[in-house]
Amino acid sequence: MTQFQTEQPSAHSTSTEPVIVARDVEKWYDNGFHVLKGVSMTVYKGEVLVVMGPSGSGKSTFIRTFNALEPYQKGSIEVDGITISHDLKNIEAIRREVGMVFQQFNLFPHLTVLQNVTLAPIWVRRWPKAKAQEVAMQLLERVGILEQAHKFPGQLSGGQQQRVAIARSLAMQPKVMLFDEPTSALDPEMVREVLDVMRGLAKTGITMVCVTHEVGFAREVADRVVLMDGGYLVEENTPQEFFSNPREDRTQKFLSQIL
Amino acid sequence: MTSVTPDSVSSARPDVLALGPVAWAKKNLFSDWFNSLLTILIVGIFGWGIFRLVLWALTVAQWQVIPNNFGLFMSGTFPSQLYTRIWAILAIICGLAGLSWGVLGRNVSTLFSRNVLIGLGAVCAFIVLFPPTRPNSLQLLPMVALVAGGAAAGRQIGRKFPGVGKWISLSWFLSYFVALWLLGGGLGLTKVSTNDWGGLVLTLFTAVSGIVLCFPLGLLLALGRRSALPVVRLLSTAYIELVRGVPLVAFLFMGQVMIPLFLPIGSRPDRILRAVIALALFSAAYLAENVRAGLQAVPRGQREAAMSLGLNTPTTLGLIILPQALKIAIPAIVGQFISLFQDTTLLSIVGLAELLGIGKSILANPAYLGRYAEVYLFLAVIYWFFCYAMSLASRKIEEKLNTEH
Repeated sequence: MTQFQTEQPSAHSTSTEPVIVARDVEKWYDNGFHVLKGVSMTVYKGEVLVVMGPSGSGKSTFIRTFNALEPYQKGSIEVDGITISHDLKNIEAIRREVGMVFQQFNLFPHLTVLQNVTLAPIWVRRWPKAKAQEVAMQLLERVGILEQAHKFPGQLSGGQQQRVAIARSLAMQPKVMLFDEPTSALDPEMVREVLDVMRGLAKTGITMVCVTHEVGFAREVADRVVLMDGGYLVEENTPQEFFSNPREDRTQKFLSQIL
Repeated sequence: MTSVTPDSVSSARPDVLALGPVAWAKKNLFSDWFNSLLTILIVGIFGWGIFRLVLWALTVAQWQVIPNNFGLFMSGTFPSQLYTRIWAILAIICGLAGLSWGVLGRNVSTLFSRNVLIGLGAVCAFIVLFPPTRPNSLQLLPMVALVAGGAAAGRQIGRKFPGVGKWISLSWFLSYFVALWLLGGGLGLTKVSTNDWGGLVLTLFTAVSGIVLCFPLGLLLALGRRSALPVVRLLSTAYIELVRGVPLVAFLFMGQVMIPLFLPIGSRPDRILRAVIALALFSAAYLAENVRAGLQAVPRGQREAAMSLGLNTPTTLGLIILPQALKIAIPAIVGQFISLFQDTTLLSIVGLAELLGIGKSILANPAYLGRYAEVYLFLAVIYWFFCYAMSLASRKIEEKLNTEH
C-alpha cells in the first residue's frame, strides 16, 4: 500500500455539501461533569477531518454523539439530513449510514471474521447471505485479511483485528466513517498497517472523521484539522497551517507537547 | 548487550525429563524424611479407609436389598405389566443420544476410538455381571447397541446433511412429550395415575422438566433485572430477592398448598405438576443471577459495536450479547442444574416417591431393616453418575465454544 504515500496529500476534492452539522452541542455526564461546552462543527461530503486534543478534552465523546452512542443535552446534530432525536427508528436510520471504528476494535469474539463482516448487511440491510459474503470477501481482500476470513478474532493480531473492524463498518456502505483513536490500542509495529488501510480509504473519497494522535497521518491525509480542549473547539485549520503556523496559543502548546 | 553465540541457545523446547515411576516417587514423595513421613501417613489413612470399605462391601454388606427392589428403585409402583413403555422411553433416549453423538462427532476421524470401545465393553460387562441388571440384560444390551448404531448412523446423516443439527434438537424436544405420553397413558394407551410414578423415572422427569422450565424463566428475569424500564426492573428484582429468601422446602409446601388456592375450585393441578412448577420457579431466581453475571461480563463495547452497525436491540441481544453471556455463564448455569437435580430429593418430603423417597420406603419394610448403608450408597452412586455426566457435558460444551485459540 506504499503507493499512497508518494501521492500528494488530499488529492480528492471536497464538496460544500454538509454531511454532519453539529450546532452548539452541550453534554453533561451523569455525574454532572460538563464535557461538551457548546461545540459546533460541520463535516462536508468527501472530506477527511482529523480531531486532535489532549485526553479528557471531549473529542471521543463528541464524535460518539454523531451516531447517538452518547446522548447530548443541548444543541442539535444533523446527520445526512436527519436530526438526531430520541426516536429509536431515527437513531437506527442514522447508525445505518454512519460507520464507526473503535479504539478497542470491539469485534464479536464468538463469530468468525467473515461472520463479523456479514452480520450487519444480512440483519440490517436484509441482503441475501451470498451477496453479503461476496461483498465481505472483497472488503477483506482490500484490507488484506482475506486468508484469515474463517478464523476467529481472538486468533488475529491487534492490527489485523482493527483492519477487520474497518471492513465490518465498510460492509454497511456507510456515508461517513468515524474513527475513535483507531491506533491507540495497537502495538507500535501494527500502527502502520492500520494507517495504510485508512490512507487507502481516504483516497476513495469517503467522508471520514478521525480522532487520532498520529500527526503524520493528519498532515498527509487530512483536509482539515481541529483541536479540542476542555470541552471547546479551539482551532479549525488546514493541516499545513495547523502544524506549522497555528492561530491559537493553545494549539501551539499542544503541538509542543506531542511533537 | 551481550551477544549470544548461536550454539549457546537451542531453539528446540527442552524435553521434559521422563522419570520412571520409582524415580518420580523418590523425587516427589520421598525427597526428605518429613515428606516420606507425610506420604506414609496419608497413604496409610486412605488405604485403611478404602480397605475397610471394600471389606465391608464384600463380607458384611447384604446387597440383596438392591436386586430384590430394583424395579421399585427404577420406576416406583409403575405397573409391571406396562414396563415395556418405560423400555420404549429408554430406547428413544438411547437412540437420540447415539444420533446426537454421531452428528456432533461427524468430523472426528473415528467415533469408536480405543477408549470408547473399552467404555462400551465395560458397560456391557457391567450389565451382565451386576446382579440387579442381569435379569434385564436382554433389554439393556440392545440399548447399548442402539447408542452405538445411532452414533454410526448419525455420523453418516450428519455428513450428508450438515444442517441436521436443528432437527436433532427438535427431536429431543418432541421426545419429551412422547415420554410424557408413554408414562401417563391416554390417547389409546392405558392411563397410569401419577401416584404410580416413582423412583429414578420420577426423579429424572421432575429434574428435566424443572430444568427446561426454569431456563427461559431465569433468562427473562435476568434481562428484566437489567432492563431500562423501572417497573420491569423492580418486579424482576423483587421476585429474585423474595424467592432467594425462602428455603426450597417452604417453597415446595407452598406449591402443594397454595397453587390450588389461586385456581378455580375443582381444578386441582396434579401434585407432580405442582412440584415441578415450584422447583422451576425456585431455580429460576438463582439461574437469573447466574445469567446476569454473564451479561455483566460482556464488555460494553460489544453492545456499542452492534448498535453502531445499526442492529436493533432484540438482534443485538440475541446475536451478540446473549451468546457471549451464556457462554461465560455455562459453568454456573450447569452448577444450578446440578443443584436442581439434587433438590428433587426434597420432593419426598411432600410425599412424592422419587428415588430417595423410594429408598426410604424400602428401608421401612421390616424385611430390609437396617440396610441403610447399602441403600444409601447405591443411591449416592446413581446421583453421582447423573451429576457427573452433566458436569462432563458442560466441560465439552465449553471446549467446543472456545474461540480463543
